[in-house]
Amino acid sequence: MDAIQQAFVVESRELLQMMEDKLLQMEGGGADPDTINAIFRAAHTIKGGAGVIDCKFIVEFTHVLENLLDEMRTGTVTSDRELIEVLLACSDQLGTLIGCVESESEPDDDINKVSLSLRDKLQHYLRIPSVTSHEVALSGENVHISVGGEMESDNWHISLRFGPDVLRKGMDPASFMRYLMELGKIVHLTTLPDAIPDAIDMDAESCYLGFEISYQSEADKSRIESVFDFVRDDCVVQIWPPHSKLADFISSIEALPEDTMRLGEILIKSGALTRNELDLALNTQSDRQGDPSSQPKIGDVLVNQGAVTAEVVEAAAVKQGRINEKKTIESQLIRVQAAKLDQLIDLVGEMVIASAGANMLARKSGETALVESTSVISMLVEQIRDSTLQLRMVQIGDSFTRFQRVVHDTSRELGKDIELVISGSEAELDKSVVEKLGDPLMHLVRNALDHGIELPEVRTAKGKPARGTLRLNAYHESGSIVIEIIDDGAGMNREKILSKAHERELIGPNQTLSDSEIYGLIFEPGFSTADKVTNISGRGVGLDVVKRNITALRGSVEVESHEGVGSTFRIRLPLTLAIIDGFLVGVGRASYVIPLGTVVECIELSEKDRAETLSRQYINLRGEVLPFVRMREQFEVAEPGGRRENIVVVQYAGQKIGLVVDELMGEFQTVIKPLGSIFKHIKGIGGSTILGSGDVALILDVQSLVALAAVHQNRMQAA
Amino acid sequence: MSTANNLPVIAQAANAAEDHQYLTFLLSGEMFAIAILNIKEIIEYGNLTIVPMMPGFIRGVINLRGSVVPVVDLSARFGRGKTEVSRRTCIVIIEVAGSDESKQDIGVMVDSVSEVLEIPRSEIEPPPAFGAKIRVDFIHGMGKVAGKFVIILDADRVLSVDELSMLGQAAGAMPAAQAEAAA
Repeated sequence: MDAIQQAFVVESRELLQMMEDKLLQMEGGGADPDTINAIFRAAHTIKGGAGVIDCKFIVEFTHVLENLLDEMRTGTVTSDRELIEVLLACSDQLGTLIGCVESESEPDDDINKVSLSLRDKLQHYLRIPSVTSHEVALSGENVHISVGGEMESDNWHISLRFGPDVLRKGMDPASFMRYLMELGKIVHLTTLPDAIPDAIDMDAESCYLGFEISYQSEADKSRIESVFDFVRDDCVVQIWPPHSKLADFISSIEALPEDTMRLGEILIKSGALTRNELDLALNTQSDRQGDPSSQPKIGDVLVNQGAVTAEVVEAAAVKQGRINEKKTIESQLIRVQAAKLDQLIDLVGEMVIASAGANMLARKSGETALVESTSVISMLVEQIRDSTLQLRMVQIGDSFTRFQRVVHDTSRELGKDIELVISGSEAELDKSVVEKLGDPLMHLVRNALDHGIELPEVRTAKGKPARGTLRLNAYHESGSIVIEIIDDGAGMNREKILSKAHERELIGPNQTLSDSEIYGLIFEPGFSTADKVTNISGRGVGLDVVKRNITALRGSVEVESHEGVGSTFRIRLPLTLAIIDGFLVGVGRASYVIPLGTVVECIELSEKDRAETLSRQYINLRGEVLPFVRMREQFEVAEPGGRRENIVVVQYAGQKIGLVVDELMGEFQTVIKPLGSIFKHIKGIGGSTILGSGDVALILDVQSLVALAAVHQNRMQAA
Repeated sequence: MSTANNLPVIAQAANAAEDHQYLTFLLSGEMFAIAILNIKEIIEYGNLTIVPMMPGFIRGVINLRGSVVPVVDLSARFGRGKTEVSRRTCIVIIEVAGSDESKQDIGVMVDSVSEVLEIPRSEIEPPPAFGAKIRVDFIHGMGKVAGKFVIILDADRVLSVDELSMLGQAAGAMPAAQAEAAA
């Protein structure tokens, strides 16, 4: 796949995502011209891109889609749920087709079949209103009114669209041009071949041409109009005298079938408008919405069909303003390959280490000036590291919005009416975290849709609004990000969970648990209170996986629930996986890093305890039994230990254990380096980091270390 | 660092000469060779961090300019006992195919590095069915150099990431002494 194709795939996928979002928005009742235009533009751009890479199957498919969207844009086809379903299916199909481009394969028969059937469906919508669309197009000299700036140009401007039957009726477009030239001078002429269909659909006897003409003449408007008398019924002619109201000009352009942006550009090029005028027109229009004082300024308005109302003009202006805004934002962004960024972060990490080394040497040398300059360098390097890591931060919004579709599809499947409300989508977190967050989040969302929110009838019976609400919310809290999945559904039945837990002997019969502990039980493997298993969830596989995945990201998940009111799942994650706050300890000659988040406290293993602990593996920690692991034994360190030993108390999954180490070296922040795939099966060690001295230190994985120690001790007892 | 800069040039030359150049080195007195294309650089032995609960032939990891690279003791890998560290002990950094199409750097600990030799294809014999005292699939061929045989190793096989990680997993599950015996 070459660079152009790659760019096409990336861009098209983004556009498709946008298209899907907008379609879903439309379904939610937002069928404003804005949304439709955005969808149309997406399809249009994809088609254009496909044309560039010469990918026929996408061009063909998108062409029909684009036609329909265009009809929707002009309002001749109105959207309903059914149509949106078809359009959603089309966007999925486009995704499949783009997948074909990506894998550099031709679509197989199955894919083609889907394409064809979708195209038929689209055609079906297109066919019905084709007559009306023609009528609207015939709106003639529809010049629109509002107060705005004047066009500076001294020339007349003529927009001419010949109807398909012009040639058949024996008229030649060129002759009209010649006639025009008799009355005055054509200053600039742009031919618009946009309406010409693909060669296969083209009828050689039909006329598809359109013209934008900048025209200089002493004749009056009726005289110029008379030029087109013969084709009056078969073409769309709009004539603006010199110094027309700009706004009228623009709004009429809106009614033309071609892409507005493009027309605007053409008009600027042909000298009919300057860019300032165009912008001015857009602005004034938005300022003058529905101004009652606006009345015809040009007396020659023959037909005012009111096809373009003030609101539409305003919407169009806002829309165009928005496009412009978006364009400037886009130009401020640079697309960078993630691998390059990772490489940069690696290099910066090395630089931090190298500068720490230089710093150490400078101190040893005792030269004050040198020490000073190296410490300035290392401070700067650390700042660079922080801002480089910032580069990897992405907004969580994108991963939230893709749930729109999930909610839409799933709620339909379940016969529920559910609305997804997203907030806090601007909260940022590391890209790698976002990627790994997808699955657990998906699981929780599906869970809430399936088990959380009730059927509309049940909801109404309970006095709740029939439409359920699922909220996704994100916010930052003390160096971590919190993601909430909130539903206003049935909530969890505390008693049911308790009885299930007793049944499965997860808790003893006399054990009393706090609410949060009870709800925490649902994260136990194989735990499900669902009465029936659906294909969406309920098999009891899952929440434990969710918890495991999130724990693997050094995060936590908790749940809060009120029966009848709803449930809230709260995920707490570190902002980045690349950096860890660690606690450095020494075992033998090696150093190890314990993730600081798991460390509860450090205590010295007293002489008395040491004597006692030779035979047993626990100590008395303020009346609590604290089992511990001797790292020295676990890691089979050969050389004899020092005189002192310390215990680092770590907490994992609500359980406290002690790790006996030789030396405590304090906390520090460090960049995590993955261990190669040779070590992918290693238990007890989660990664590595490079110390200031250049040595490698291993990062302990407390979770698996504890499991490992338990197995180890059991085996020792058995042996 | 200088070795790292020079080697690609040699490697390209070797490519033109159809993979005829080999780096020879000593392992407990015996000479071995590895095709030079796979070799990235040669560094002095030092600053090794031991990874616990791994089989004996994985000596640990080193910091190679910011990336963490595992070091394999070839002698132990061939079941000939651990390499004793001497003044001439080197780590040869070799790039091998990882488990998922990616490339992975692995350091190989050798007693000493000798020289880069050109061995024409005609001078390479197929490996003997037995007798070399190391696994036959580890051997790419037997090169004839000055009337003596040099064992040319198949780096991708000897340092197969999948196999090493499997052995590592096995070692993690049982006490190290047994793991070493098994390896």
